[in-house]
Amino acid sequence: MGNAQPGGYYYAPPSHWPIVGSTALLIMASGGVMLMNSIDGGGPVFGVGVAILVFMLFGWFGTVIRESQGGLFNKQVDLSFRWSMSWFIFSEVMFFAAFFGALFYARVYSLPWLGDADNKLLWPEFRAQWPSAGPYLPPQFSPMHAWGIPALNTFLLLSSGVTVTYAHWALKMGNRKGLILGLLATVALGFTFLGFQIYEYVHAYHELNLKLTTGVFGSTFFMLTGFHGFHVTLGAVMLTVILLRSIKGHFTADHHFAFEAVAWYWHFVDVVWLLLFVFVYWV
Amino acid sequence: MSAAAPAHDHGHGHHDDHAHAHPTGLKRWLFTTNHKDIGTLYLWFSLAMFFMGGTMALLIRAELFKPGLQFLNPEFFNSLTTVHGLVMVFGAIMPAWVGFANWLIPMQIGAADMAFPRMNNWSFYLVVPAAILLVASFFVPGGAAASGWTLYPPLIIQQGIAVDMTILAVHILGASSIMGSINIITTILNLRAPGMTLMKMPLFVWTWLITAYLLIAVMPVLAGAVTMLLTDRHFGTSFFNAAGGGDPTMFMHIFWFFGHPEVYIMILPAFGVVSAIIPAFARKPLFGYASMVYATASIAILSFIVWGHHMFTVGMPAAGNLFFMYATMLIAVPTGVKIFNWIATMWKGSMTFETPMLFSIGFLCLFTIGGFSGLVLAITPVDITLHNTYYVVAHFHYVLVSGALFSIFAGVYFWLPKWTGNMYNEKLGKLHFWLSVIGFNLAFFPQHFLGLAGMPRRIPDYALQFAEWNMWSSIGAFIFGFSQLLFLYNVIECIRSNRKSEQMPWEGADSLEWTHLPTPAPYHTFETAPVIK
Amino acid sequence: MGTDMLRNHLRNAVLAAAALAGSATAHAAYDVDILPPGSPIARQIYDLHWAIIWVCVGIFVVVFGAMFYSVFKHRKAAGAKAAHFHENTTVEVIWTVIPFVILIGMAYPATRTVLEMKDTSNPDLTIKVTAFQWAWQYDYLQDGVKLTSFLATPRAQIEEWERQGEKKNPDYLLEVTQPLVVPAGKKVRLLVTSNDVIHGWYVPQLGVNQYGIPGFVKDTWFKADRPGTYRGQCSQICGKEHGYMPIVVVAKAPDEYAAWVKDQQAKSPVHTAAAAPAGAAAAPAAAEDPNRKWTLDELKAKGGEVYAANCAACHQPTGKGLPPAFPPLDGSKVVNGPKAAQIALELSGKPGTAMASFARLSDSELAAVITYTRNHWGNKTGEAIQPAEVKAARK
Ligand code: HEA
Ligand code: HEA
Ligand code: HEC
Ligand code: CUA
Ligand SMILES: [Cu+2]
Repeated sequence: MGNAQPGGYYYAPPSHWPIVGSTALLIMASGGVMLMNSIDGGGPVFGVGVAILVFMLFGWFGTVIRESQGGLFNKQVDLSFRWSMSWFIFSEVMFFAAFFGALFYARVYSLPWLGDADNKLLWPEFRAQWPSAGPYLPPQFSPMHAWGIPALNTFLLLSSGVTVTYAHWALKMGNRKGLILGLLATVALGFTFLGFQIYEYVHAYHELNLKLTTGVFGSTFFMLTGFHGFHVTLGAVMLTVILLRSIKGHFTADHHFAFEAVAWYWHFVDVVWLLLFVFVYWV
Repeated sequence: MSAAAPAHDHGHGHHDDHAHAHPTGLKRWLFTTNHKDIGTLYLWFSLAMFFMGGTMALLIRAELFKPGLQFLNPEFFNSLTTVHGLVMVFGAIMPAWVGFANWLIPMQIGAADMAFPRMNNWSFYLVVPAAILLVASFFVPGGAAASGWTLYPPLIIQQGIAVDMTILAVHILGASSIMGSINIITTILNLRAPGMTLMKMPLFVWTWLITAYLLIAVMPVLAGAVTMLLTDRHFGTSFFNAAGGGDPTMFMHIFWFFGHPEVYIMILPAFGVVSAIIPAFARKPLFGYASMVYATASIAILSFIVWGHHMFTVGMPAAGNLFFMYATMLIAVPTGVKIFNWIATMWKGSMTFETPMLFSIGFLCLFTIGGFSGLVLAITPVDITLHNTYYVVAHFHYVLVSGALFSIFAGVYFWLPKWTGNMYNEKLGKLHFWLSVIGFNLAFFPQHFLGLAGMPRRIPDYALQFAEWNMWSSIGAFIFGFSQLLFLYNVIECIRSNRKSEQMPWEGADSLEWTHLPTPAPYHTFETAPVIK
Repeated sequence: MGTDMLRNHLRNAVLAAAALAGSATAHAAYDVDILPPGSPIARQIYDLHWAIIWVCVGIFVVVFGAMFYSVFKHRKAAGAKAAHFHENTTVEVIWTVIPFVILIGMAYPATRTVLEMKDTSNPDLTIKVTAFQWAWQYDYLQDGVKLTSFLATPRAQIEEWERQGEKKNPDYLLEVTQPLVVPAGKKVRLLVTSNDVIHGWYVPQLGVNQYGIPGFVKDTWFKADRPGTYRGQCSQICGKEHGYMPIVVVAKAPDEYAAWVKDQQAKSPVHTAAAAPAGAAAAPAAAEDPNRKWTLDELKAKGGEVYAANCAACHQPTGKGLPPAFPPLDGSKVVNGPKAAQIALELSGKPGTAMASFARLSDSELAAVITYTRNHWGNKTGEAIQPAEVKAARK
């Protein structure tokens, strides 16, 4: 640490991508607000925002990839990337912590309170028991069983953790075929996971009467698994990009931070799933 | 370290090729990846937002000048209070500190720029759409969010479109803060000049390192909280709705888990600035450097376990109240260490009292008063009688205005010569200080009395026994507010004057930006790393 | 010198200074103190507050005494030469430990008060407090008395947008239609909750500040030392009229209290609906006869009063509302449409909006207010809604 070589460190030149991104977000936010409040035109506005954002992402990441391929990133830049990715993942951990916090708080405090003697004044019939949709909403729903699809999904994600590690090992060994196969397997497992997740949601809505609107159980269930699923989607898309780049031969045994960043991210998503499996589905 | 000419000459003549030709005009400011340009953008943005939030505050104070409803209808009053809080916190104070960080951190650790210049630009250009959303929310049907800046449900659930705009603005601000913080941490950890060990870094850098850590830890939590508000509003979830098994207090817990660290996010960089200024004007090294670092870290760690002191009246079990009371009281210890160290730095120094020093001394006295009123509030039973009264308003304006804002003024006067190459007008600076101190205390000290007498906050109208102090408070607020026009004038006058600053305007300043860089600082900071002995 | 004495001395000094500052306006209320405590907890709070203040003042004087000494002595202009020390472990340890010890000294009495405050066991009577936008409802659980407590200050004193407001009452904004009446010297347990958003039941002199949280019941208690009137306000922002949601507690000697309860029970027998709001005191004290036929004029007269107390805050006395937040009733489709729809709306409210359920009003009150809205301003349906219709619509 601390061996700055300002001469050799790559500092990006002026760029228009950030402000394009900001414009995209402003438009998206406006469209989102319109959509949520049923104002005409929300959809198209939102769509334009998304399109600009995607355009920006391609442009920006494309630039970074070109810079990387151009050999502009020395070891110190690489270390910067490592620090930043670690802290980014930490911020993601805290994001999930908010939702886990909600789950724990509802289970450990809110529900027992709602069922206690004083609250009989308001909710005479209510018995505090997890899973619960609260004292008012009709509670006829079934929670998701842990040992069906969720267990299978656990297995899939854990395997994908192994395959991505295998790919990394192969990359370091200079084994391109192993790298590509490992990544291919990881991407496949990731998308299979998502497929099952979608199936599970359909099942929940149609057979279990478990919905986003099913009180606090439904809220925490779909919020946690939903954001996790969203992160799996992002991870899987990024893995696909990495796969394509690997096929193009972008990575070398000692210069492949992009690969590692995505692998870290994937492991993070994995760990979150394990927590979900335990606290949302199982206990 | 005595004042030495810059070890390396990076004068303007020294032309480099890495950043290519600098764009000029609008393009320079829109596309810039230069940490100084971005710092400047942040600082101007913050000043604009300060005036905007200040104007709202003056409207509030005008309505509160006497009992009865004279100017504002109550709903609009609530919107003003809410947006005043949000704009000041997220628009004025935080961006000002990020502006300082951008300007100073690379210079103080001997780096050429921030670690991720392009992302740095985005961090800034995210606060702009967020501000647009916030301010535009006044003009949508239903008016701006009117729930207080704490956005508590279920009140916030009842309100209109503006709330969604506010929530999305908070999301965008969160993204900006997280990117900014990652950038700052990475810069500090990875781009220090050879020999610049962690324990040699100026305290401003240390305080920002820790602040950035706090930001990364709590902004995502806030994002989570407002996301749940959004789904409760529009997608039928029941996080904060008892009927569905949720709980409005749950929002408070999550919000304040963010909110309390947030207030230290606003004050830690202030500690850093004051730690730079006091030694410079006492001409004596900072007393207890190491304990300053440890105290800052302790404050940050403790800040995660005190949030419940905002919730003593929600009906927590006794054990919860006691835990949060003890934890909160503990923060007085490391904060005290800091106050004592600053005074020990002044002790047996050879002091002069230019504007930055005046604002720092003002900070010291008045922030301590704010800290003491914080301690009073931390005592659970006393908070029962003071919670959500003007005592709380007095408390947090003492720590935020005479704490954070005064040290921002101090820092601006201190570094203006380095930033612009020109010296500000000392007489006017001092005038700004004295008017501010008088106006500020007149505005906010009486609010303690109002709170003790039981006047609730966030009300547009009040009972007759509160009339006298409110009148004085409003008068003070106007004096304070209009004195800030003088600040604006001072800054502009300094930029446009040609009172060239000396290389070392402050005898006792000894961090790299003074000792190793010319005044004004060149467009590109350190082309080659300075060597730190 | 006991801390009490010291406290009083110093307090008097502050008061004197403040009095000086305010001497120009002799009648002015330049209070600088917590209001005189009216309950044991409030007294402990009062003492704790002053004890802490004086500790803080002491620290402030010592610390900033040192600083200002230094500011005067160690000036460059006075020829001071800078020393070079920058560390001293001993003093640093000392000034870490001393504050810590002081804090323990503060925490000890505070802990005792917290435990006492939180001890709601063995109350003499229990009252359920329900907050709603924007008034309080009190439910005497044992005695079957129910009161609703609205702001009693006339709007004409408050609103000064267009012209000078009327002369303000001495208790401007702190007066209610029906105060909470309690026996002095008895432990009163409050079960605080809310119907819509979070409110705060805050009466400083009784040492109580408790949020009412919708869907939850939280308890707290107080014991008024002696008969008297104690005033407070809603302490948590709850929307537009948050500033207009006062609380008045009248503590009566136990026998007077008993008489008051009897009187109330006679007025509104157990399990009948809420007491009449502002100005409706003239309404017959007898229990409501659900089958009585009301005339249009009776309904309109009563409805006007109910409207002023319950609806005008949002929909405005003019019936024009405050669009877009609060829709006008004058000309409203609902008000001029089928009556069943409006009855249903008043009974269940409109979830997710400020329009809450008004099922807590009695059948006749609802019938009256609905009739009033349907036959006032520009609305001319000519329909007289009978209490029986409202009763039938309740499920
Ligand atoms: C920069 C911002 C900032 C800072 C630094 C602080 C610092 C502190 N705050 Fe404050 N606070 C706010 C901003 C801040 N606060 C805001 C914005 C709110 C209101 C939010 C809202 O509701 O809208 C609030 C509200 C608030 C409350 C809730 C009040 C209520 O709603 O009822 C409490 C209660 O405990 C509290 C306590 C404290 C304490 C104990 C400190 C301590 O950190 C202070 C420590 C400092 C000292 C004590 C002085 C120096 C020390 C010495 C000289 C040593 C010797 C001292 C002793 C031994 C006593 N604050
Ligand atoms: C973060 C920093 C910060 C700062 C700097 C300030 C600055 C000020 N604040 Fe604020 N305040 C908060 C944070 C801050 N505040 C927060 C978080 C709340 C709580 C919100 C809530 O309850 O939800 C609050 C609430 C709050 C209230 C309570 C409102 C209520 O409860 O209803 C009041 C009332 O007096 C107040 C007053 C002021 C004043 C007079 C200033 C002054 O310092 C302002 C100085 C004035 C100016 C700078 C004006 C400059 C402009 C001109 C001179 C005019 C020129 C005009 C034009 C060109 C049009 N503030
Ligand atoms: C807290 C504020 C508030 C109070 C008090 C209040 N209302 Fe409303 N009312 C509203 C709001 C907000 C709406 C709009 C709901 C919506 O979005 O459709 C509304 C809608 C209505 C409507 C439907 C109007 C239309 O055209 O859609 C009627 C009728 C009505 N209220 C009658 C009453 C009556 C009668 C009372 C008193 C007993 C009352 N309201 C008290 C806030 C209030
Ligand atoms: Cu009810 Cu504020
Ligand atoms: Cu806090």
